[in-house]
Amino acid sequence: MPTITVDGKVYEARGDENLLKSLLSLGLDLPYFCWHPALGSVGACRQCAVIQYRDENDHQGRLVMACMTPVTEGLRIGLEASDAKEFRATVIEFLMTNHPHDCPVCEEGGECHLQDMTVMTGHTDRSYRGLKRTHRNQYLGPFISHEMNRCIACYRCVRFYQDYAGGHDLQVFASRNNVYFGRFEDGVLDNEFSGNLVEVCPTGVFTDKTFSAHYTRKWDLQAAPSICVHCGLGCNTSPGERYGTLRRIVNRYHGDVNGYFLCDRGRFGYGFVNGANRIRTPTLKGQPIAKEAAAAHLAELSSGRVLGIGSPRASLEANFALREWVGAENFFAGFDDTEYDILATIAAILQDWPVRTPSLRDMEQADAVLVLGEDVTNTAPRLALSLRQAIRNGAWQIADRLKIPRWQDAGVREAAQHERSPLFIASPTSTPLDDVAQETFRCPPADVARLGFAIAHALDDSAPAVEDLSDEQAHLAATIAEYLRTAQRPLVVSGIGCRSLAVIQAAANIARALANRQQRPGDLSFAVPECNSLGLALLEGRRLSEAFLAAEKGLVDAAIVLENDLYRRADRKAVDRFLSAAGRVAVIDHTWHDTAAKAELVLAGSTFAETEGTLVSAEGRAQRFFSVLVPEGQIQDSWRWLSEPGAPARNIDTWTEGCARALAVFAPIAEAAPAAGFRIDGRRVARQPHRYSGRTAMVANVAIHEPKPPQDRDSALAFSMEGAANTEAPPALRPFSWAPGWNSGPQSVNKFQDEVGGHLRGGDPGVHLFEPKTNAVGRWFSQIPPAFRPEPRWPAVIRYHIFGSEELSALSEPLAERMPKPYVALHPADAEVLGVRDTLEVALDEESLLLPVSLDESLPRGVVGVPAGLPGFFRGPCPERITIRKAMAPIAPGGAP
Amino acid sequence: MERPLTQNIKPDGSPARLEDYLHNGGYEGLRRAVKDLSPLEVQAAVKDAGLRGRGGAGFPTGVKWGLVPMGQSAGQKYLVVNADEMEPGTFKDRLLLEGDPHQLLEGLIITAFAIQASIAYIFLRGEYVLAAERLRQAISEAEQSGHLGKNVLGSDFSVEVHLHTSAGRYICGEETALLNSLEGKRATPRAKPPFPQISGLWGRPTVVNNVETLCNVPHIIRKGADWYRTLSRSSDAGTKLYGVSGRVKRPGLWELPIGTPVREIIEEHAGGMQDGHRLKGFLPGGASTDFLLPQHLDVPMDFQAIADAGSRLGTGTMIILDDKTCPVRMVLNLERFFARESCGWCTPCRDGLPWVVQVLEDLVAGRGRAEDLPLLARLCRTIGPGNTFCALAPGAAAPLGSALTHFRGDFEHYLPRAARVA
Repeated sequence: MPTITVDGKVYEARGDENLLKSLLSLGLDLPYFCWHPALGSVGACRQCAVIQYRDENDHQGRLVMACMTPVTEGLRIGLEASDAKEFRATVIEFLMTNHPHDCPVCEEGGECHLQDMTVMTGHTDRSYRGLKRTHRNQYLGPFISHEMNRCIACYRCVRFYQDYAGGHDLQVFASRNNVYFGRFEDGVLDNEFSGNLVEVCPTGVFTDKTFSAHYTRKWDLQAAPSICVHCGLGCNTSPGERYGTLRRIVNRYHGDVNGYFLCDRGRFGYGFVNGANRIRTPTLKGQPIAKEAAAAHLAELSSGRVLGIGSPRASLEANFALREWVGAENFFAGFDDTEYDILATIAAILQDWPVRTPSLRDMEQADAVLVLGEDVTNTAPRLALSLRQAIRNGAWQIADRLKIPRWQDAGVREAAQHERSPLFIASPTSTPLDDVAQETFRCPPADVARLGFAIAHALDDSAPAVEDLSDEQAHLAATIAEYLRTAQRPLVVSGIGCRSLAVIQAAANIARALANRQQRPGDLSFAVPECNSLGLALLEGRRLSEAFLAAEKGLVDAAIVLENDLYRRADRKAVDRFLSAAGRVAVIDHTWHDTAAKAELVLAGSTFAETEGTLVSAEGRAQRFFSVLVPEGQIQDSWRWLSEPGAPARNIDTWTEGCARALAVFAPIAEAAPAAGFRIDGRRVARQPHRYSGRTAMVANVAIHEPKPPQDRDSALAFSMEGAANTEAPPALRPFSWAPGWNSGPQSVNKFQDEVGGHLRGGDPGVHLFEPKTNAVGRWFSQIPPAFRPEPRWPAVIRYHIFGSEELSALSEPLAERMPKPYVALHPADAEVLGVRDTLEVALDEESLLLPVSLDESLPRGVVGVPAGLPGFFRGPCPERITIRKAMAPIAPGGAP
Repeated sequence: MERPLTQNIKPDGSPARLEDYLHNGGYEGLRRAVKDLSPLEVQAAVKDAGLRGRGGAGFPTGVKWGLVPMGQSAGQKYLVVNADEMEPGTFKDRLLLEGDPHQLLEGLIITAFAIQASIAYIFLRGEYVLAAERLRQAISEAEQSGHLGKNVLGSDFSVEVHLHTSAGRYICGEETALLNSLEGKRATPRAKPPFPQISGLWGRPTVVNNVETLCNVPHIIRKGADWYRTLSRSSDAGTKLYGVSGRVKRPGLWELPIGTPVREIIEEHAGGMQDGHRLKGFLPGGASTDFLLPQHLDVPMDFQAIADAGSRLGTGTMIILDDKTCPVRMVLNLERFFARESCGWCTPCRDGLPWVVQVLEDLVAGRGRAEDLPLLARLCRTIGPGNTFCALAPGAAAPLGSALTHFRGDFEHYLPRAARVA
């Protein structure tokens, strides 16, 4: 650790960092714009100037940019030197020559990095008398608003969008003080991570359009620490509320998981919370009833033989409460059966096999990656962003060799050009990561699995071999195995996207083979579809078809369905039969769906924004989320509906602790966040910022007296501006990020990290449920599927869509514009052979749909690509094979090769 | 007096063809380099000769080459000729390109040999249409005669040359912006380090040399470093193309020993000031150098002497300010150019230069205020050397800052009377 002197004081700093980052890590304030902890230094804005002195006799020194200055032993700098301060203030003054004075009407106002830095430099009076340049703004789609006149040309937007996220349609145009950041013409920004522009932009050029629709200043938002519910990665979020509606989602920094960035589904998919389709009051046979009556009815309904069906999108506590309510033997997981089997296998692999699921941060260190059968950009989007960083390991090696510091972003990128560490993708459809893959292999799931098994065998002779491998596959397997073998940190990524157990098992075999070679657990990550898929899989519920069978056998008097639309879990006929056979059905959920519509009793449940609980991410990390708003009177937490009447004192912690006691795997979950009784010097943590305004007037139209803030029995957070500040809160309880002088949330994170860009002080939230094993137990998976052969019915290959395939975000208005219309996809050659032009009739069981045909050259021949979960498509899980008809006549894939 | 750089240049403006060039000892330096010398010996010869870059910065050429990694493991390397001559008032490379393209090619091939680069690019100013035509002709002649291409003059050294005509931005003359432009990217400069010799074009070791610099190389190799050092009249070696523009009797360009005094260039070669005009000041090395004054007429035009006088030798092509021309408007004209040519990458240049222009425009329009002169001085300081990403803005500050010092009365003259009193 080099010793550096700053304004005469001596500090220890990190030697492999630039001076700006080091100073910020030391807790010192130095303004900056173009630098970003995740993007590195480029030296463009000249804002972070300091004076560097040669030695102790040098009192004049020279101006240097801290972001471009390596930290070296004995470095002497002046942060407060008057020349440096004057220069920094002048840089702000330069920026202000064109920046409009529209803070009062700008949505960034109050959380604007430019405002913060302006205040920090002390620039107040301007001498510039000229005109300001003006730009025309663009329509950029439903997520992002564009106001280019505010641009200070820090270049962070394009560096994030192009260099970090791999986007192509946001660029910088023109030159001098007319540089323009936008698209070549108006249109939707198509990168899956475009929403991060809102947080990456230091001012109000890119703002959240969905937030704009019901805008509130940051200081007027009530917030809470939360977890994204739109896939299984467990990204940390900070939702903001005002007047009982959820206004926006912003990133909540987590050093191991999401870092600084979210995907657009997670950021913009929150609309269902405010949705018109919310279940706001309990109903009995379609008629609204009071909460108490509903609870009593649920108890009465449960008096006989009752079974419960849980949900992968409900918290552990809610699922556990149901399990307790109906008895463990009557608790069914609520996955469709294929998913059930796959998730059970995944859970077993993660618990018993010599594998480790790396965090997203860890994955970025991988120097060879194999993605087996998963379109992660569309199923677990944030993971794809991390893989885009992992492939830069090749670039780091070149930079190290040339002695270019890794933080010198432009220098590293120039030196490395298109050098990438290897990424291989084997999947049934093209994926948005293909552009950075060394090689892609497009084939049906069975062949994806066979390739995986073959790679495992190539790595380790003792793994089962694959018969009848084509030369191409054998060669590819050998190539991939070689890259994985020679890598320092190889990573295998798979998931349930193919709905193929064999794919999962093949991935596990590869990880195990790697573990055997490297004498430490193999890095293996499975993408799972829902926020608590893995948690539910660990809860030892039974299979859905068994519930259906029990009902058909007449062994059931009633069923309680928790936060689950069964029509997404099984085919329509089976669900219809079950719902009628089960007799009396109660549904607890927050949004109307077909299952709820058929239930006798519907109980108004909470979304993630109105309740709290624990979710287990794909990484096996249990994380707590907290309510950000108090639901309307008739809505209550699912677990509260399932608490025994007469035991109102039960709070969430009793369920968390109960769950931890009941199943050994959950033993650590109570440690995921402080319990409700936690206090800081006797105070709760305030959900509202100190500057929260209007509290006494907010309901003045109803009553002139200020109501007492709602009490929160379930967390140590308060629905109030009174209490401990976010700066004092432990990370798991920090509702928002805000520090004195640092009103911009993403920038203020600097103040909460052990070092900038590192881990949160006090520990990144969450607890791991699995300890990686080092020794392999049991046998290799050896059920290798036969090679894919076209058959009379068409094998369905599922295509995932970041917008539309996931249930809850698809209910959110702004996403509608980004969702594809239902379609079927064919390889153009197949379509040609079949004589199919525009539309095709697709049949599933007795249902059929007339759908437009999308031609996709990236599809393997002889399969039909179908979209997962899109509204307007078949609701149930996709079967392996489907029938397509042209002009009412079924057509077989006979024409296909 | 020997004039090696311009010996083949014909008064009628027609180019020296291959036979003309060969007749005067052309390609003998190349022959000597590839037949008798090793790459490191060529580097050493140029280092010994004391050749300094003629593009403006004056960096020792041999030292620059010496930073390039050599040997088998070095991989692909590039040589790039900076022929993007866009400095206002500068037209020296144009003469060399149009008049004697083979001289540049020979310098290029020897240099490529010295650093073992197998690919060279000539990055040519887009408006130099005639130069492009003549270069193409010369490249073709050199290839057909075995001087260029595979196995140069029968040796095992091969080099290919590509002529790239610029899309036209002043910043492309900055060597790293040039490299970005050549790669098809935005012409913004790159941070240094890494220097192009380590990570240049497409991330590979690259040398970027100015046209005039390379034109010296064949003569050094052919006639030796000792001979080369005798050409000059100062501690710097060789000859230099000096130009004069402005209200002199014979504006033009001359090859003279480096270190020729300013007075000699202006009075003897350019014929002195036009009748009725007096010398008020001059920019010694192009638009981005500080004004010097009549008192500096006896300063030798070499790197150190001009620096000691408070300016830069730059490209060695002077712009004359006469007593009938307003220095404020002359500076405004230059600052408009620099503001327009800013690439937009760093703040002081992008936003500072338009501000400078705005203040000067107000001033000449009679809207100036007393605080404007200190403001201009402050802006000059802020956009000065070391504070910006590249040398464009400090270059723009040079004529302005020196004009504010030397011609303060002319600036004050524009202030409204009330402001002047204040």
